[in-house]
Amino acid sequence: MSQNFRLNTGGLINRDKPIEFKFNGKKYIGYEGDTLASALLANGIHLIGRSFKYHRPRGFFGAGVDEPNAKMQVEINGCSEPNINATEIELVNGLSASSQNCWPSVNFDIGAINNFLNRFFPAGFYYKTFMWPKSFWYRVYEPFIRKAAGLGVASLEKDKERYEHKYEYCDLLVTGSGPAGLASAYAAAKNGAKVILAEDKPRYGGTLLTDDVTIDNLSGKDWSEKIVSELKEMPNVIVKNRSQVFGYYDHNMMVMFERTGDHLEKKPKYTPRQRLWYIRAKEVLLSTGSIERPIVFGNNDTPGVFLSAAAKEYMKVYGVLVGKKPIIFTNNDSGYETAIEFKKNGVNPIVLDTREDQNSELINEAKDLDIKIKFSYAVIVAHGYKKVKSATIGKLNKEKIDFENTEQIDCDSICVSGFWTPTVHLASQSGNKLKFNDSIDAFVPDKSKQNEHSLGAANGTFTLQDTLKNSFNTGSEVSKNITKKDEKIQIPNTNERIYSAHDKFWCSPLPKGKHYKRFVDFQNDVAVSDIEVALREGYRSIEHVKRYTTLGMATDQGRTSNLNGLQLVANVEKKIVPQVGHTTFRPPFTPVTIGTIVGREIGKEYMPTRKTPMHHWHEKNNAVWVDAGAWKRPRYYKRGNENLFEASKREAKNVRDHVGVCDVTTLGKIDIKGPDAAEFLNRVYTNAWLKLPVGKARYGVMLREDGIVMDDGTTTRISENRYHMTTTTAQAANVLSHLEYYLQIVWPELNVNVVSTTEQWAGAAIAGPKSRDLLAKLFPKIDVSNEALPFMGYVEGDLFGVKARIFRISFSGELAYEINVESDFGLFMWEKIIEIGEEFNVQPYGTEALSTLRIEMGHVAGPELDGRTIPYDVSLEGLVSKKKDFIGKRSLAKEAFNKADRQKIVGLVPLDRKSSIPEGSHLVENKNAKLPNPKLGHVSSSCWSVENNNPFSLAILKDGKNMIGKKLFAVSPLKNTSIEVEVMSSHYVDHEGKRVRS
Amino acid sequence: MLNIKCPYCGDRSQKEFAYGGDGTITRPKLNQEISDEEWDNFVYLRKSPRGKHIELWHHIAGCRQWFKVERDTTTHEIFRTFKPEE
Repeated sequence: MSQNFRLNTGGLINRDKPIEFKFNGKKYIGYEGDTLASALLANGIHLIGRSFKYHRPRGFFGAGVDEPNAKMQVEINGCSEPNINATEIELVNGLSASSQNCWPSVNFDIGAINNFLNRFFPAGFYYKTFMWPKSFWYRVYEPFIRKAAGLGVASLEKDKERYEHKYEYCDLLVTGSGPAGLASAYAAAKNGAKVILAEDKPRYGGTLLTDDVTIDNLSGKDWSEKIVSELKEMPNVIVKNRSQVFGYYDHNMMVMFERTGDHLEKKPKYTPRQRLWYIRAKEVLLSTGSIERPIVFGNNDTPGVFLSAAAKEYMKVYGVLVGKKPIIFTNNDSGYETAIEFKKNGVNPIVLDTREDQNSELINEAKDLDIKIKFSYAVIVAHGYKKVKSATIGKLNKEKIDFENTEQIDCDSICVSGFWTPTVHLASQSGNKLKFNDSIDAFVPDKSKQNEHSLGAANGTFTLQDTLKNSFNTGSEVSKNITKKDEKIQIPNTNERIYSAHDKFWCSPLPKGKHYKRFVDFQNDVAVSDIEVALREGYRSIEHVKRYTTLGMATDQGRTSNLNGLQLVANVEKKIVPQVGHTTFRPPFTPVTIGTIVGREIGKEYMPTRKTPMHHWHEKNNAVWVDAGAWKRPRYYKRGNENLFEASKREAKNVRDHVGVCDVTTLGKIDIKGPDAAEFLNRVYTNAWLKLPVGKARYGVMLREDGIVMDDGTTTRISENRYHMTTTTAQAANVLSHLEYYLQIVWPELNVNVVSTTEQWAGAAIAGPKSRDLLAKLFPKIDVSNEALPFMGYVEGDLFGVKARIFRISFSGELAYEINVESDFGLFMWEKIIEIGEEFNVQPYGTEALSTLRIEMGHVAGPELDGRTIPYDVSLEGLVSKKKDFIGKRSLAKEAFNKADRQKIVGLVPLDRKSSIPEGSHLVENKNAKLPNPKLGHVSSSCWSVENNNPFSLAILKDGKNMIGKKLFAVSPLKNTSIEVEVMSSHYVDHEGKRVRS
Repeated sequence: MLNIKCPYCGDRSQKEFAYGGDGTITRPKLNQEISDEEWDNFVYLRKSPRGKHIELWHHIAGCRQWFKVERDTTTHEIFRTFKPEE
């Protein structure tokens, strides 16, 4: 199909570069520089979708972000995306778009039956209809509504595109490159301020591209090109097109969405598809312009009805006619600009002006061009189903509430102008309470709550001369305060046509006996009658009317419907618009893809991965990983066809029988220094620390102020005023913050310094009866005998030339040591241990074997210290000092913590000595009792005891110590198990703790 | 996202900080005789004022200093930030 509606000349498109694309499966040709919308219009395509609720035929209405109808399913580069605004997407070769919300096709849509049943679909229809029976909601109603309503279809494929985030800081962010944006950015840039100028469209200039004005004797377009090229030359300025600032957050944090890839035919490999900018701006200048308001009339949603400025933009930017027989329906002078543009392109429009006979530069110009003008006229209703064919128009009576006479005239398009609405969304998001400006019948920004200024049309200033003057001045003023430079700028002379006053007419009355649908909100199918129903039913607050009728919701956020909706409510309620107020504007201003919000933080890039220096050795030796916070830890080392259970049993057994080595680098390590370090530890830990000698380690427990155990670990006195604290892997960061809090806020008088050394030391635990023999071979110069290096002893040594710290501490309950070396030597240490340990049958063991070893020893860990237990609950009462005070001690005196039947840690063994007890099982006395079955406790940790070769679990049990020997049931509804268990001591192996001291 | 001026490092994004609760709470002295009620007030009870609030923040991804921030809880306006001893 040829481009019948394309003008031979004019526009900013490149007629030398045709572009082929598809719409609903059919091929069309457009030009480079087109949007999908302008290319379809050039081909005479108006019917592009069906409406949300009534499935009425819908066409293009706007030419940019104002477009409510043209949401399409678009495929580019094999990526399918719903709800793309056809007026914003640039045409590229191979682009394929299709209509949404219609079946089987946009031309013949079954759902359109809703249109004929529309009296059954009033406002609040869903709330009224789908209430009973209640059980129908999930099974019947919701699936039906989801299928019937809704917009496009989200792809189920993985998104292969690349998205990025960028952070930027600037003195001034200017949003929009129309006259206000260019002038203010230029003035600020001249003062040396760091400026970011963002334009959402591909072309800079805003209304300068479409208005017949001159600035310093240049056309608007030439002047904007000149300013933009100067700005681009300046090193202190970032100029960005295709970039929509969509969110205004606290403290001038602006978020911008840049479309970097979709308009490129061949996107370079590392160019992202879209980029999200976080911009912290000292000052924000909002030059977002204004959006034309529709006038409401019968069947005003028929394809072929346009905003008049959109019709003008299609001619001036894209060289496209939206019709060849247009009616211009206006209440102000803007419509005449469109009429004149039509006339210049050889089309004869007819202008219906709701005002009485008027004179202004524009009107006179139109008259001189022989354009037919009818004053005091309005469109009553458009005729035609899939495209406007004619319209009934009428002469308004004096009060403009009825018609003196009516007639039907042929037309193929109706271009409406109901004056202009400043785009105040970002200002409103910033916290600026808007005020109503009577002279333009719209809300404008009031007092700033953050550092922002609205300029030009966004502030209700509709003349070019005032806009430029204010914008140059504001740009200078604001930047001067930041840069202390003040370059004088000559404000240019402009030539523009001055408008006469607009008319407040916004909605054509219905002739008696007629019930035409008059739409206020196209995207959500909200008609005048719907809002009237809501008000009749008692909805008063505009926020409630919005939610009941869905007025102003959905992706276009009521950009074209808001004010008309407010005006309607005001009329019915006999109020004025400022009394009705407005609904809240929230980010994002325009839809943003989820991919952009996610950026590169997906998959393994979601968070950093921490690897120990021995990571690659583990990898080479078939480690199966487990995540411990951000760390990767070997869970077990797989040999042959072993599974988790077999491998961890083998590894744990090898520790009990010979010697094992475990990577413990991930434990938190904190270096504590200063003359008051001992006193500090004495306050932090529950046990006594003042008398710990140099060269000795001690196990410690720390509480939160509420008495709950926070963490445990060993701390070693390295020298007089220096301690090496270890924490659990999970709590490392919290413990450091906790210590810093007490040192900086609570006890600043203590002379102590703490610093994390987790990543500075690599750690290896060697555990098992042969560990001393292995240690002796690793450190031949050191006396490692039980007398010289007893349990909880500490020495420094030389590991084949590498400085090492040796701690005799044990988590496994075996004779064990932990060796630390500087991280760079971690792999060296590990390989030496493996090499020299061979003769002692050394094997690496992972976290699963580590758990087995500590569980059967009854050592507590995360599952027991779960934020609900105090030291008394987990057999740590021996570590609670009676003499001194410490963090959380006062809480331990509380009544509930000292009840006789308080929960305690116990051990459990299944009676059959075979069934593993699922962690999380509940302990009950009678498994068949009626629900709710009284819960006595829960299973916290389970393992297969390698010592006794049967399952063993730790549990937190009410009155636990007095339950020893009793039989209970461990019930897990999750695993559908019910296992009879015997309660016993939590120390299943080596009750007296002989091995660690051997 | 707030912009917080660390008294030691200067303006930084909220991402670098962790919130640390009410900044006006004083921990009871060690070894002090204290009733259950007073202790509970210290451990659990916090005001949640609408408007100005002095709170603790921790420059967790920076200098790791705790400091105080006077902030409006409704507008998020920050009036001042200061070192704990100030």
